[in-house]
Amino acid sequence: MIGGLFIYNHKGEVLISRVYRDDIGRNAVDAFRVNVIHARQQVRSPVTNIARTSFFHVKRSNIWLAAVTKQNVNAAMVFEFLYKMCDVMTAYFGKISEENIKNNFVLIYELLDEILDFGYPQNSETGALKTFITQQGIKSQLQTKEEQSQITSQVTGQIGWRREGIKYRRNELFLDVLESVNLLMSPQGQVLSAHVSGRVVMKSYLSGMPECKFGMNDKIVIDKQGKGGTTDEAGKSELGGSSGKQSIAIDDCTFHQCVRLSKFDSERSISFIPPDGEYELMRYRTTKDIILPFRVIPLVREVGRTKLEVKVVIKSNFKPSLLAQKIEVRIPTPLNTSGVQVICMKGKAKYKASENAIVWKIKRMAGMKESQISAEIELLPTNDKKKWARPPISMNFEVPFAPSGLKVRYLKVFEPKLNYSDHDVIKWVRYIGRSGIYETRC
Amino acid sequence: MEWASQLCENRGLGSKMTDSKYFTTTKKGEIFELKAELNSDKKEKKKEAVKKVIASMTVGKDVSALFPDVVNCMQTDNLELKKLVYLYLMNYAKSQPDMAIMAVNTFVKDCEDPNPLIRALAVRTMGCIRVDKITEYLCEPLRKCLKDEDPYVRKTAAVCVAKLHDINAQLVEDQGFLDTLKDLISDSNPMVVANAVAALSEIAESHPNSNLLDLNPQTINKLLTALNECTEWGQIFILDCLANYTPRDDRESQSICERVTPRLSHANSAVVLSAVKVLMKFMEMLPKDLDYYGTLLKKLAPPLVTLLSAEPELQYVALRNINLIVQKRPEILKHEMKVFFVKYNDPIYVKLEKLDIMIRLASQANIAQVLAELKEYATEVDVDFVRKAVRAIGRCAIKVEQSAERCVSTLLDLIQTKVNYVVQEAIVVIKDIFRKYPNKYESVIATLCENLDSLDEPEARAAMIWIVGEYAERIDNADELLESFLEGFHDESTQVQLQLLTAIVKLFLKKPTETQELVQQVLSLATQDSDNPDLRDRGYIYWRLLSTDPVAAKEVVLAEKPLISEETDLIEPTLLDELICHIGTLASVYHKPPSAFVEGGRGVQHKRLPARAGSGESAESPDVGQAVSAVSDAPPAVIPSQGDLLGDLLNLDLAPPTSNVPPVPSSMQMGAMDLLGGGLDSLLGGDVGGSPAMGVSLGGAPVGMPAGLGAAPAVGGGLGDLFDLGGGVGVTAGSYIPPKTVWLPAMKAKGLEISGTFARRSGVIHMDLSFTNKAMSVMTDFAIQFNKNSFGLAPAGPLQVLTPLSPNQTVDVSLPLSTTGPVMKMEPLNNLQVAVKNNIDVFYFSCQYPISLLFVEDGKMDRQVFLATWKDIPSENEAQFQIKDCHLNSDAASNKLQGSNIFTVAKRTVDTQDMLYQSVKLTNGIWMLAELRIQTGNPNSTDLELSVKCRAPEVSQYVYQCYELILRN
Repeated sequence: MIGGLFIYNHKGEVLISRVYRDDIGRNAVDAFRVNVIHARQQVRSPVTNIARTSFFHVKRSNIWLAAVTKQNVNAAMVFEFLYKMCDVMTAYFGKISEENIKNNFVLIYELLDEILDFGYPQNSETGALKTFITQQGIKSQLQTKEEQSQITSQVTGQIGWRREGIKYRRNELFLDVLESVNLLMSPQGQVLSAHVSGRVVMKSYLSGMPECKFGMNDKIVIDKQGKGGTTDEAGKSELGGSSGKQSIAIDDCTFHQCVRLSKFDSERSISFIPPDGEYELMRYRTTKDIILPFRVIPLVREVGRTKLEVKVVIKSNFKPSLLAQKIEVRIPTPLNTSGVQVICMKGKAKYKASENAIVWKIKRMAGMKESQISAEIELLPTNDKKKWARPPISMNFEVPFAPSGLKVRYLKVFEPKLNYSDHDVIKWVRYIGRSGIYETRC
Repeated sequence: MEWASQLCENRGLGSKMTDSKYFTTTKKGEIFELKAELNSDKKEKKKEAVKKVIASMTVGKDVSALFPDVVNCMQTDNLELKKLVYLYLMNYAKSQPDMAIMAVNTFVKDCEDPNPLIRALAVRTMGCIRVDKITEYLCEPLRKCLKDEDPYVRKTAAVCVAKLHDINAQLVEDQGFLDTLKDLISDSNPMVVANAVAALSEIAESHPNSNLLDLNPQTINKLLTALNECTEWGQIFILDCLANYTPRDDRESQSICERVTPRLSHANSAVVLSAVKVLMKFMEMLPKDLDYYGTLLKKLAPPLVTLLSAEPELQYVALRNINLIVQKRPEILKHEMKVFFVKYNDPIYVKLEKLDIMIRLASQANIAQVLAELKEYATEVDVDFVRKAVRAIGRCAIKVEQSAERCVSTLLDLIQTKVNYVVQEAIVVIKDIFRKYPNKYESVIATLCENLDSLDEPEARAAMIWIVGEYAERIDNADELLESFLEGFHDESTQVQLQLLTAIVKLFLKKPTETQELVQQVLSLATQDSDNPDLRDRGYIYWRLLSTDPVAAKEVVLAEKPLISEETDLIEPTLLDELICHIGTLASVYHKPPSAFVEGGRGVQHKRLPARAGSGESAESPDVGQAVSAVSDAPPAVIPSQGDLLGDLLNLDLAPPTSNVPPVPSSMQMGAMDLLGGGLDSLLGGDVGGSPAMGVSLGGAPVGMPAGLGAAPAVGGGLGDLFDLGGGVGVTAGSYIPPKTVWLPAMKAKGLEISGTFARRSGVIHMDLSFTNKAMSVMTDFAIQFNKNSFGLAPAGPLQVLTPLSPNQTVDVSLPLSTTGPVMKMEPLNNLQVAVKNNIDVFYFSCQYPISLLFVEDGKMDRQVFLATWKDIPSENEAQFQIKDCHLNSDAASNKLQGSNIFTVAKRTVDTQDMLYQSVKLTNGIWMLAELRIQTGNPNSTDLELSVKCRAPEVSQYVYQCYELILRN
């Protein structure tokens, strides 16, 4: 298991050092600094073996987190734990920075003591942790016996992510369907690969221990119901069920630990008791019938050795009534660029020498529209033999729909012990499609 | 969504704490000041001081001098202060064990506290204080905590048992904690179950035979139930534990798989990978025609692909594992090529791994896409990545025949870019393509020759020279090209020198008239001016071949080359199976078994996949089985006259082979250095860069060869410690010598029968041989050579058969052996492959020597050292054996064994049992410790029990064989 955990600043100074196992000595701290942080080369592997000691490292802004072991640990678990550690710290004191870590080092030690025992990760749900570890020190001395046992049963219990006795005057929930659409297109407009990775993020402000059931236009479910003839009419368009695709094929999905996986496996129904506040209910991935919101058509012409002509057309491909926002097209330029002239029909375009790119920004653009930019790039003559690698043209945008076609059909809430019903809960659904890695080669 | 983090930030700013100030104190006299503050009456001041101490500790300052003062702060009601003091204690208790006792009382008291959080904190911290004296006091509180009413305390206590076991294993066993821990598997709280499983798994790793986890269908059922309820981490512990279970039959296997598959949808990648591990392992047991088997295969693909949308570090872990899965079961991901396409922003480690998997998945169906991608990659920035991409194009050409042409033209395009490393890499792979498709793409040679001057890497130069030599007849100025290389012959690397030598000989054989001078020049450069034995040896062989029988030389040097294999870098199947059992762990990331990187013995026992139920089809994935080096193949008793052995033998005093050149084993590895010319070259090439081959005089060669080289041992990586050379020679007598057995029957050796045995006399190993001539004609010119073997046995001198052997005559010869020969691990370990030559032919056989041959005379260990070593060797390295029906008493046995250099270090009598503690040292310096138990009271119980402990446990079995042999004779 994990033998020790160190946090360093970018200079390699130790900010936090917690050793769990005897086989990890103080020299391990230095070994990592010398071999990884101070190494001249960029990181070639996130797992580094130095003198039979393995270092798992992740970097958050300028901060290095390293888990150290001499055993054959579960590597995936160690990384998941490091990410979780980052989440927990962020939930307690915000951004992970040297200053924040120094300001909270006592708290971090306390957390490390709680969530990692002898190198074995323990309950690391912030919801549960915050009931007894706070920035202001430990609460427990003020607690009654009942409160104490409630804490321990929650930390160890089946529903470790939610405490009992939550009350809201207004029961409300927010569902955000956040998708990032990824594309790699050839210069000729052929889709080389495209997929949507989506997340359903839920913010719940519900009283008691509500039992929830979530439904979407999953092809497998719809097809099954269609055959059985028991279409759930009531649920079908309960929540913003606008028209569009009937159902979508989901390649794969993963769920927050609150979801009963065995039930999903057998019935494909998503039922759970949600954590309080914001959390990620599910992640999914689709590859079929993706609506690609934009098409990029590049045209690059080399005029002699000292000039490039670039023309890029973008076309929006969605309902004209919808508006895309925060559109940004990034056209890479060669390293020996000396000057750039740009003309664009819409938005603003600028050559950014420090980023080796022309950045073209458009605030808003409606569906089924087209826009164009053309640029002349002057090059310095070089005797560099190596050709310019022509990195792909990338795009950023945000659209108010789900490019995968996913629709939320219902989210039902049952809380038999308290006197509110599904109808009393105020529900909000929002769809946001963003660009992931959206690239067109040129 | 940002509101949450903003909220937190605000809270952070608003809070009173600015702990960073504790990091800034660096002035002198600091310790003294801290001491005063720690002893202050004010609580706040105390707390501040402890914080300062902890901050100093963190940055690596030694604050152990403050131990008593800090411990004094421990008795407090302030939990925060208490936790800080505990943290300090955990760090420094070991350096101040006596003072640590001061803390015990507080711990014991805290374990009785009404607050479960405090009880748990006390037991958790106490386990982390690794001081022997404290452990005694820990037992009682721990016992109570294991049965605490609060699950939080129980789950903490469960882990504490593992901590205590790590400090004092015996104590844990004596106190019966293991049983209590086992009971916790049935606990009502899932987290307690998970932690108990984790603790038991860890403890079980150091007792491989203890059956501690006792996995049976009932416990498995309990675990599967807890799996649905516990935290994500608990699920990982349970799944990792489940993976060690072997179901009784395919039905049980299927039902477990059915209950594990829902985990594939978990958001935590580690849960998913551990579930994949269980499924991959249990799938082995399912019949392939079962519907469920197909369903399962389909279910595995999507979650594996989803892992690639995780953070880059996890992607890397996932990709390393997918690499294994693709090799084991290519069908799972065969349609998922696209997800492995490299993204521009992927970190380099992700890019390189993706590329690897792309090549493995390349097939006729997707090759066009793959090639288009690879071509893109070849223009990227990172040099390693570009090289690998270029190499990948070559691999595609070799793997998918239909694409070869396109690959070649892509490579030519890349050569046109004139980017130095791209050109060099392309030339290396084009050479491979020539090998795979002879006489097809030679038209590109002209283009290649244009780039001759820009090649500065040995591999590329060697490849280019190979091409020139191989196609000398089609290159008009081949002689000029090669001659130009010859000018700087001595500055070239060995690889290039060898290649140049071979290429010029080839050229000479093809165009003898114009190149005589050139070949003379290279032969004399290689044999007279070089101090590299490989080069010299090869030079002499060519020289001899060319001067005695040019026709034979042609047959050898220009022989048809074996095809190269399609797949490279495949993991050897047994290792692959073992790694599949380690999916998700570091072993799967390193692609090495745990024993290769874990110190001591913890968790290094080899895991194996379960066997399939019903008809055992072992030819599971035929495409994987090939292309594995011959090392792993168990050699037959009589080796057919081919293979590596001949390569070694060619350095012997042999006349040039006159008849058929033996085929080279098809398992040649691509990318190795052995891409030389003819059959002979490849055989010799096998040694390039490795151990110098043994050279014994070569008749006719112009200069005397170094005779009887005790060649420097080639110590192979992983085998390093096992086969380290060392060894001493002493004097003894009376070791048991087994009778001679027939090793080579006359039928298989054209009338020569060889029988023999091994003996150790006066510290020297002898091979006693009897040669019998059962043929009709006289035999002369005997010579012998050994193949590389596990302990580096090699003839210490030439074989002395002085007179010709007439028909029906037998001659006995004793050949002294040394243990300084080249080392290669054999299977079985004590196998020895021998080649004997006479005037008629070369014959091959293999025999096994008793390992007692290697027991050296100074193998008696000091008692104290013995005790320490015995403790030091992890108990999973201990092997138990029984020697049945042996009627010796302990003294007789001891004497007998001593004759064979098994020394009794100590003797102990307990009740009716004599225990002999014995030590043995091998020639390569490995120690073996043994305990031999002999019943004395009961004349009817004549079985002896033997436990052998050794750092190289694979030797144990052979030691046991020796005991059997010695005690029975």
